[in-house]
Amino acid sequence: MRFLVRRGIFYVITAWAAVTLNFLIPRAQQGDPVQALINRYQGSLSTDAVQSLYVLFGLDKQTSLWDQYVQYWDQILHGDLGTSFAFFPTPVTTVIAQGLPWTIGLVGAATVIAVVLGTLVGVLIGWRRGTWADGVLPVTTFFSAVPYFWLGLIAIAIFAIAWPVFPLGGAYDNALVPTWSWDFVGSVLYHAILPAATIVLASVSGWILGMRNMMVTVTSEDYVTVAQAKGLPERLVMFGYAARNAVLPQVSGFALSLGFVVSGTLVMELVFSYPGVGLELFQAIGGHDYPLMQGIFLVITFAVLLANILADLAYVLLDPRTRQEA
Amino acid sequence: MSARTQTLEPVATPPSRGGRRPVLEIKDLHVSYGYGEDPVQALRGVDLTLHEGEVLGLAGESGCGKSTLVYAATRLLPPPGLITAGEVLFHGADGPVDILRMPEPALRASRWQDTAIVFQGAMNSLNPVHRVGRQIMDVIQAHRPRSTRAERLDRARELMEMVGIAADRVSAYPHQLSGGMRQRVMIAMALALEPRVLIMDEPTTALDVVMQRQIVEQIVDLRDRLGFSVVFITHDVSLLVEIADRIAIMYAGEIVEEATADEVYRRPRHPYSHGLLSSFPALRGPKRPLTGIPGSPPDLRALPSGCPFRDRCAFAFDACAVVRPELGPPAVPGDGPERSVACLRHDAAAVAAAGLEPQPVPEELAVR
Amino acid sequence: MSTMPVGAADSAAEAAAADVPGSEGDGSSAPRAATRQRLAFVRSGKAMTGLVILVVFAVLAVVGPWIAPQDPDEITADLLLGPSGAHWLGTDQLGRDVFSQLLVGTRSVLLVGVLAGVIATVLAILVGVSAGFLGGVADEVLSALSNIFLVIPALPLMIIIVGQAPHAGNLLVAAILALTGWAWGARVLRAQTMSLRRRDFVEAARANGERTARIVWFETLPNLTAIIASSFVSTVTFAVLSQVTLAFIGVTPVDDWSWGTVLYWAQANQALSLGAWWWFVPAGLLIALLGMALTLINFGIDEFVNPRLRSAGVSARSMRRREIRPRIGFTAVVKDAPRSMREHHQEAQR
Repeated sequence: MRFLVRRGIFYVITAWAAVTLNFLIPRAQQGDPVQALINRYQGSLSTDAVQSLYVLFGLDKQTSLWDQYVQYWDQILHGDLGTSFAFFPTPVTTVIAQGLPWTIGLVGAATVIAVVLGTLVGVLIGWRRGTWADGVLPVTTFFSAVPYFWLGLIAIAIFAIAWPVFPLGGAYDNALVPTWSWDFVGSVLYHAILPAATIVLASVSGWILGMRNMMVTVTSEDYVTVAQAKGLPERLVMFGYAARNAVLPQVSGFALSLGFVVSGTLVMELVFSYPGVGLELFQAIGGHDYPLMQGIFLVITFAVLLANILADLAYVLLDPRTRQEA
Repeated sequence: MSARTQTLEPVATPPSRGGRRPVLEIKDLHVSYGYGEDPVQALRGVDLTLHEGEVLGLAGESGCGKSTLVYAATRLLPPPGLITAGEVLFHGADGPVDILRMPEPALRASRWQDTAIVFQGAMNSLNPVHRVGRQIMDVIQAHRPRSTRAERLDRARELMEMVGIAADRVSAYPHQLSGGMRQRVMIAMALALEPRVLIMDEPTTALDVVMQRQIVEQIVDLRDRLGFSVVFITHDVSLLVEIADRIAIMYAGEIVEEATADEVYRRPRHPYSHGLLSSFPALRGPKRPLTGIPGSPPDLRALPSGCPFRDRCAFAFDACAVVRPELGPPAVPGDGPERSVACLRHDAAAVAAAGLEPQPVPEELAVR
Repeated sequence: MSTMPVGAADSAAEAAAADVPGSEGDGSSAPRAATRQRLAFVRSGKAMTGLVILVVFAVLAVVGPWIAPQDPDEITADLLLGPSGAHWLGTDQLGRDVFSQLLVGTRSVLLVGVLAGVIATVLAILVGVSAGFLGGVADEVLSALSNIFLVIPALPLMIIIVGQAPHAGNLLVAAILALTGWAWGARVLRAQTMSLRRRDFVEAARANGERTARIVWFETLPNLTAIIASSFVSTVTFAVLSQVTLAFIGVTPVDDWSWGTVLYWAQANQALSLGAWWWFVPAGLLIALLGMALTLINFGIDEFVNPRLRSAGVSARSMRRREIRPRIGFTAVVKDAPRSMREHHQEAQR
């Protein structure tokens, strides 16, 4: 359990670091863009809302930095991330709450598919080297070298414009009312196929390459040779011995690179006009909506941390050595 | 136990000549590392026969090819190892089969059933993420698909107890066991299918002396009970002298001397064996001066002509630079035909055939 | 942005776990081995291809603005034309020449990429090597620091920093990319330094009472060269993709030409719906080409750091011809003709 305790401490520190970064960044900037925004919306903002923005962005020059920090934490812990300007006057938390399910659905599902698929392909080409499967590698090189969003553009150009089998964007047919009806769910799935497929295509190469390299390393371990010496079926040696061990660094790699993957997939929402937090983030950029940007940064960071904790739990299940009695 | 095997019987000859039956016959095995233009010649024409129920010791410095020999003979040598020639005959119930030319399914079925291996370094031989019991049971399941889970578990527990580990440790993970216990688990696993041949590659090197002794005694004891043959690899010749019936000494990818353990120990015929035996103090018997062997083994990528040992040999003469020695009977009166040695001091005919002056066997190599 | 760090850093980390050739043995053999390796690196076709492409891009980055056929901001009457002799890659909705925009934009892409790579690599060396070498509490703190920067999603962090900066020039963008991108390199370098620290020659230097700084500078860093190079190349790839992404989403000034800016204007003006493929396809291909060049260089480095990855070496084809298939657990056996002859020979002897 020592492993989990250590990881727990790490997550607490990371969460603290993210919040503190969020606190410090606006205070390090020279101009006061938020002040300008507040002035512009003067009439329509309540005093509470103005006060909350003052705390979030350190506009109150009278208070010491430490007091600002304490006030900031107090406000964050009460779930107040300020007012959004791009979606004025909706609170930031409400805006994010609307987008988050879509992002978790699309990015989450696509990432899980990419990891599972990439790991399986990596196992196969790492196990059988010197066969046609090695030809997969140059292809993955190409896909790991292009930005996700460009693949999205190409996917739309081909499958939504030149050969219109999928919708241009959005999460569902706007004529439908969001309910748990077959029509609506079907429409959501239909709209998700192209963006999800593009995310999978863009991100799978990293998992393939990582797993392939781990397989190459693990297959030269003694226990794999022992498994072959035992005359076990090929499939058992490949999955039960080689891949079973090679997947461990893949899981910890997953946790650490999730930040990169999520960053890439957020841009995908912009390309596909998918109504998740990614799209909201870019609308916030266009509207100079700093409270929303900062709120989204925090929420995404916490989501990634949560995924990391899940990955750690999976690691503990997969590696008995981490379950050592303290 | 050694008295039983020290009778002068013909060795390394076809069964037709009578005597003990061979189990594993390695013939003219050539192995190289690397597929390119100039591979390392790791084994150059090795012949070796393992007989029913015997303990055959393989000794030599590190890098001499003793591990390569057994891994190649079982086709377990990892890339870039490459078997370039030779055959490895396993004498099963249906007559001899060549392991090197077996189709893959047959080889898989034969593995562990016919020949089990205890690897060097117990630390990495066990899969770290599975319980040891499961690792014993999966090999039983693979070869006895009709066995039930309960039977396999019973067998695993029985095997653990046989090597002196409490049966409930089947549910332990490798990291929960000490080095000695892991090696015992490996031995238990190796005996799971009651193989006819057990190959042990430096099974005790990573262990402390007390543990070494226990494990070696256990192997000898199990051999006496179960009657399998053992190939025991070590660089520790003193250990071999105690447990092996016969010893083959390897140098630079070749066998340079082969004889019964006692003969090798008391009357080495090859200068290298002589040097190897002078590198450790005698545990019993007469005291000898400790000399060791000067120099280091040759680079297998650029082997010198003639005898590969000649640069380190106190008895080298002009022919050693030209003629490559081959295994043959020693030129010492009274030595039986089962002995062989690859040294030009014992092979006057080969030296004469090259047009050079043969030299006598030095008295150090002709002890009676 | 891409998962680039996953693959590249994983294999580098793996290389860190494996032996570094040339670092074993005593100091005297190391330089010779290093020379042999350098030759091996140059001989690697992948690495050479990558280097050549990279040099072409570097030249374009320098001379691009001079050889551009047109001012990229010049508005003409040739609105939204496909590729032609006059406009090799067509024009945008204001009649501006896309080819010129891309040529001019090469400079800021490479500048930001290399600058960010240099800063991030220096940070990675400082943090990674110190953590690996000092060990103990210092290591705990520094590793936690790099892991924090790994886990925090880079793009939103970049956006909140760049978005609130009044004028985000190339230097600021490079600095921010370096700040968010150094952690992978630090992690890999730490692992490698830790394994080096236990090697004989470093231990020997310590036993001789050499100063820590000297040991790090003369005994450790030279053996980390390959890992440092690989981490630099990975960071440049990361920085290029991030820079393009930031420009594409319009966080950086949209009137500074870069490949991402071209894509920004294409997206903003419905180039997709208009079917103006010449507007967005070439920019992406350039990014892909540069990214692949960098990845190929890294493959070359990885393979020469970790020979196990060299998929059966140069002679893969010749092996296939000889029906040799390298496999764990089933050693290849050459089924050669002379064998039967040898059998005849043995028969004859009997």
